[in-house]
Amino acid sequence: MKKRFTLSIFTENIVGILNQVTIIFTRRHINIESIVVSESEMDGIHRYTLVISETDEVVRKVVLQLEKQVDIIKALYHEDKDVIYQEIALFKMPSDVLIKGGEAEKIVRKHFARIISVEEGFIILEKTGHKEETQKLFNELKPYGVLEFVRSGRIAITKPMKTLETILKN
Amino acid sequence: MGTNVNKPSHKAGLMTGAEAVVQSLVAEGVELLFGYPGGAIMPVYDALYGAEDQLKHILTRHEQGATHMAQGYARATGKVGVCIATSGPGATNLITGIADAQIDSTPMVCITGQVMSSLLGTDAFQETDIIGISMPVTKWNVQVTKAEDIPTAIAKAFYIARSGKPGPVLVDITKNAQFDQVDFNYVPFEGMRSYKPVPVASTDQIKVAAELINNAKRPFVLFGQGIILSQAEEEFKAFIEKTGIPSAWTIMGLSALDTDHELNVGMLGMHGNYAPNKLTNECDVLIAVGMRFDDRVTGDLTKYAKQAKVVHIEIDAAEINKNVTAHAPVLGDAKDILKQLIPLVKENSHEQWLQRFKDFEQEEIDQVIREELKPSKDIMSMGEVIGQINELSNGDNVIVTDVGQHQMVACRYAEFKQSKSMITSGGLGTMGFCLPAAIGAKMGVPNKQVIAVIGDGGFQMTIQELGTILESKVAVKILLLNNEFLGMVRQWQELFFEKRYASTIMVNPDFQMIAKSYSIKTALIDDRKNLEQGVKEMLEHDGAYFLEVRVGKENNVFPMIPSGVAVSDIRLK
Ligand SMILES: Cc1ncc(C[n+]2csc(CCOP(=O)(O)OP(=O)(O)O)c2C)c(N)n1
Repeated sequence: MKKRFTLSIFTENIVGILNQVTIIFTRRHINIESIVVSESEMDGIHRYTLVISETDEVVRKVVLQLEKQVDIIKALYHEDKDVIYQEIALFKMPSDVLIKGGEAEKIVRKHFARIISVEEGFIILEKTGHKEETQKLFNELKPYGVLEFVRSGRIAITKPMKTLETILKN
Repeated sequence: MGTNVNKPSHKAGLMTGAEAVVQSLVAEGVELLFGYPGGAIMPVYDALYGAEDQLKHILTRHEQGATHMAQGYARATGKVGVCIATSGPGATNLITGIADAQIDSTPMVCITGQVMSSLLGTDAFQETDIIGISMPVTKWNVQVTKAEDIPTAIAKAFYIARSGKPGPVLVDITKNAQFDQVDFNYVPFEGMRSYKPVPVASTDQIKVAAELINNAKRPFVLFGQGIILSQAEEEFKAFIEKTGIPSAWTIMGLSALDTDHELNVGMLGMHGNYAPNKLTNECDVLIAVGMRFDDRVTGDLTKYAKQAKVVHIEIDAAEINKNVTAHAPVLGDAKDILKQLIPLVKENSHEQWLQRFKDFEQEEIDQVIREELKPSKDIMSMGEVIGQINELSNGDNVIVTDVGQHQMVACRYAEFKQSKSMITSGGLGTMGFCLPAAIGAKMGVPNKQVIAVIGDGGFQMTIQELGTILESKVAVKILLLNNEFLGMVRQWQELFFEKRYASTIMVNPDFQMIAKSYSIKTALIDDRKNLEQGVKEMLEHDGAYFLEVRVGKENNVFPMIPSGVAVSDIRLK
């Protein structure tokens, strides 16, 4: 049975690693649902957070293939229950539907979305949360005319009290 | 070449990047490199021109040939093979050999020239993204754009290529980096945090393995190239002799154990021997050493050794539990693990169990082997030619094969007494591998008899390397088993496509004339009565020799496990 897994991949910070990571998935015909790359708390180590839907067996094998890459330091995988994760979504809305008050404004308040920019003719809303939450807000705002919508990939932190340094050591 | 004791030392100080490439190779102990020049690598060739006393370059006739030569050299010597090519088409021509080396874990360093770094990404003349192209088929690759980065990149390349599970590495060097100056001082590479080449074997796991082995009634060992790569031949022999366990090989493991050793029960897989395939599904403990359960070995995985407890000794974590679940996985270096395992296992013999192998072997002899080695028909078989080599030599040849029926026949029948003496394209099955690989092997072990066993199809895929033989005077023996068919494909067409011979009939040139035009001594045997003399002359001849034997056009290789079938359903006809 396929489940949602979050992969955390720690790599050297060099040109071409993104390609090294993604070809492992492409070759096995695995769809990457989201991917985020950032620095980690350790100097020179980059952290990839990747979400895929796969069976336990496939994800286990893929993680070993990732670790086999010379420039990949460590790869881990987790089910949703073992990570704290978050995504961010931005919404571009016509100013008038929010300025006039009414239903749209209530929806924004109910979801604790923030207004991060007011521009000539439109407003940018920000909502952080799980995909289900940002999606719900999108669905509710849609009738009022969402001009643009974008959601980031998942970022995640694992629950066990281990530092990256100890994880990388073993 | 092979046994040079006074290795030239490398130079140091201010030099060009191109000279630094050459001096880095010398510092790594490279004696030979195979390659082909072109625009983007010209500075390195210019540096080679003045360095003949330190490093010998072999001009090939195609870059694919250079990679296979480097592979043949590496497989015969255990050292890193090196090849070099220009950018663009030169670099892309390396890809087949690189992919072959990757899947067969052959240590190889490829150096490619690249356009000026200012031109990268502009579709400049002969620019190709060789880093992107080679990424999925290299163990590691890197692009160097500055002269000062050359020594470290090459040191790292050699370290990665030869350590752990070996593999091909590509270093792409832009032309400006070759021209610029560098203050050269070579420091061998010693390791990196992201790559642990040899996992430390768990002593607990070794104990679990020993326990399984000691309690086994019908244990069975499968061994692969891991034995050769970790130089564990002696330990392996000691292990099976102490435990008395029958042992079978993958084609990559062939020659790691004497073929006439009493515990050597033969070849696994699609065209392997009858007994080991049959009894895979009857053993109670399966001990796999340095092999990866390739589908050509396992047949239908859902019906593979399901009754057995599996011990898997393997250096690559990604291979454990990939195809076959291991009850006792032991991750690490085979030599080290076997050394620890030997004192823990009990002395034993498995006479009755071994007898089962002998019984099945007898059946195979009666139904397949006798006829193949001593045909009752006039038409010659491939097996009898290999048998003739066995009879006239002492198992001390290095046999290199191409891909197809002759490959399976050579693996099945050739006798070996020394390790590293069977060189074949196992994982990729690359036609065209044989001739250049044999050239590379011969240059690596010039004192050994190197025989290229080759089909009429595959010969023509890299036939231009006869030019390398001519130019570099390589005393390789070429044995062409000519059936005028793409034999292996024809066999499948006969068995599974109602003899519809789509594009497998070969319209061949006069191979004798071709070989002669490269000044190679030749002979053609089309009658059995001349076979022994022909093989003898080939073996005794001092230089290169081309022996063509006309064999049965529509002979088949048996036994056979049709694809998707259980190993134990192996067919004798
Ligand atoms: C580069 C490449 N192309 C195609 C194949 C598929 N193939 C496998 S065996 C074979 C026939 C080989 O014929 P030949 O070289 O005459 O050897 P034989 O089988 O007759 O001994 C072919 C075409 C291959 N293995 N490699």
